[in-house]
Amino acid sequence: MEPIDTSGSQPRRGVPTHVVEAVVAFVVLIMGVVVAQGSWKLGSGWTTDGPGAGYFPFYIGLILCIAGAGTMYQALFGKKKNTAIFVDSEQLRRVLSMLVPALVYVLAVQLLGLYIASAVYIALFMVVLGKYSPLRGVSVGVLAMALFFLMFEVWFKVPLFKGMFDPLRFLGY
Amino acid sequence: MNELNALFHGFSVVLTPMNLLLMFVGITLGVLIGVLPGLGGANGVAILLPLTFTMSPTSAIIMLSCIYWGALFGGAITSILFNIPGEPWSVATTFDGYPMAQDGRAGAALTTAFTSSFIGALAAVVMITFLAPLVAKFALKFGPPEYFSVYLLTFCSFVGMGKGSPFKILASMAIGFALAAVGIDTVTGQLRLTFGIHELMRGFDFLIAVIGLFGIGEILLSMEEKLAFSGKTGAINPRVVLDTWKQLPKYWVTSVRSALVGIWMGITPGGATPASFMSYGLAKKMSRSGPKFGTGEMEGVVAPETAAHAAGTSALLPMLALGIPGSPTAAVLLGGLLIWGLQPGPLLFVEQKDFVWGLIASMYLGNLAGLIVVLTTVPLFASILRIPFSIIAPVIVVICAIGAYTVHNAMLDVWFMMLFGVVGYVFKKLDYPLAPLVLALVLGDKAEDSFRQAMLVSQGQISILWSNPLVGTISTLAVVLLLWPLLSRLLAKVRQPKPKQFAEEQPVD
Repeated sequence: MEPIDTSGSQPRRGVPTHVVEAVVAFVVLIMGVVVAQGSWKLGSGWTTDGPGAGYFPFYIGLILCIAGAGTMYQALFGKKKNTAIFVDSEQLRRVLSMLVPALVYVLAVQLLGLYIASAVYIALFMVVLGKYSPLRGVSVGVLAMALFFLMFEVWFKVPLFKGMFDPLRFLGY
Repeated sequence: MNELNALFHGFSVVLTPMNLLLMFVGITLGVLIGVLPGLGGANGVAILLPLTFTMSPTSAIIMLSCIYWGALFGGAITSILFNIPGEPWSVATTFDGYPMAQDGRAGAALTTAFTSSFIGALAAVVMITFLAPLVAKFALKFGPPEYFSVYLLTFCSFVGMGKGSPFKILASMAIGFALAAVGIDTVTGQLRLTFGIHELMRGFDFLIAVIGLFGIGEILLSMEEKLAFSGKTGAINPRVVLDTWKQLPKYWVTSVRSALVGIWMGITPGGATPASFMSYGLAKKMSRSGPKFGTGEMEGVVAPETAAHAAGTSALLPMLALGIPGSPTAAVLLGGLLIWGLQPGPLLFVEQKDFVWGLIASMYLGNLAGLIVVLTTVPLFASILRIPFSIIAPVIVVICAIGAYTVHNAMLDVWFMMLFGVVGYVFKKLDYPLAPLVLALVLGDKAEDSFRQAMLVSQGQISILWSNPLVGTISTLAVVLLLWPLLSRLLAKVRQPKPKQFAEEQPVD
């Protein structure tokens, strides 16, 4: 449903932009079909008491289909195709070095809670990608999260996610 | 003079020590957000929105709108000192701002930028003070068909005024509407487009989308470009400020023109970014020193900054008077109003006088406070930029995660935020505008409600959109704007091709 695959599945060097463009447009088209079909099933017509639940989304689905098809046509057969490379392998490596740890981090938040996962994430990011000494990494991570803890839990009384295992239970928040 | 009385009442609402404190806190946070890559006006306000749930609506909106002013000011700092626009609307400021800084006139450039921003904002606020009540009074007569036609006009003008493929603008907008439709249908109570997933019952919150699209997406883009900050130092001393202020009145024509461009682009959903480019382009063409633009002309800083700030401020007019935001940040503020239990729209001026006039008064004071804060704290914020990206990046990801979680206290939202981040990155690279997506996501339910009510009245006849002169004019204008990409192509074929005008950016702020 989302064009997540377009950025993840290009380990090959130099995919031209217009190909990515066409793939994303195709995803938009599929999304349009799904939305239109889902609304159709809900009842996109006129019911006894007015327009049905799918009345409005059905047209949105149609617009998505038109937009997707139009973009796809322009990307594949248009005169002004953008044949520049979408991402080269170096750029992709850098983007993934940001994205993959971030995804692992969200998974860690799910398990360990926001404070611990964030401190570990900041520390590891600094040490591994920023080439800092472990001491500096850990101290920045812990300090930043201590500050956030005070700000959210203590001052603003907004509780943040503590994780499935809740390792900070002993603090009483 | 009703407006002036109301305005002074507004000042009396705002001028409490607590509100003034919040104002300065907001401005400082806003400048910080404007300076840091990956955090911008829209997602900055979205992240901080949950912190204001416990405040009174007036205090909350004062703080949040001040964050917005701060972000508008802050974008200029990075543009001038580092040649890196902190916000999309300050791209045009780099053209002349950075050469000035290289020349050793960083202080003058910053003072020019801040003062112009202030003047632009002031012009827009004065306009809001007198125009917003009138628009609201007028809009009280609106029924569902009128409302739907205004929504239609808003979205069609994205297609008509945006540069780039109209199909992409349509796609971005329709994705927003489709995401807004997910969840419980407000009229029939049926579950829509959830595909059997329970958590989707709540629907997609636009705050999550804003944080992901603008926050995570921006971080991924910055990472790809491998930002290395190497900038000029900029200290501002009072002498520089006074010297610059002495020179500024020379450029009053540019200021007035830029303010007008900004106000116009702000009310129509053009946004601050195209306004700044347009104003820079106009100044370059019309000014006597035009040919020297790009080499460090003060006027080249005045033009984009005045327009950007005027546009950013006047984007709040349709939000206040009609309940239709003119920019993604205004959309986030509108979301805030709904959360605090206020119904945005013309009735706000009747039922929530304290709130509305407090907000308008806080615009005057907030921008003044902003000018003072930025003029005094530039070295501090410039030094923040020297913190390496490998520290800032993970901290921003953490802040985005916290922001996304606190909206509904749901971990699934954090996952969605990451997904939106990837989508934002891909869309930005492919020139899909993000503003229509966000606005459609915010306005989706309301637009749909007014559409269905209008259809109920007319028993399914689309002709109700042309049933009286008012609604007919708006609808016709909307259709013209929607078909503008086609019409302009036809016109170009009929007439001689004109020389290519300066590049105008997509509305992305």
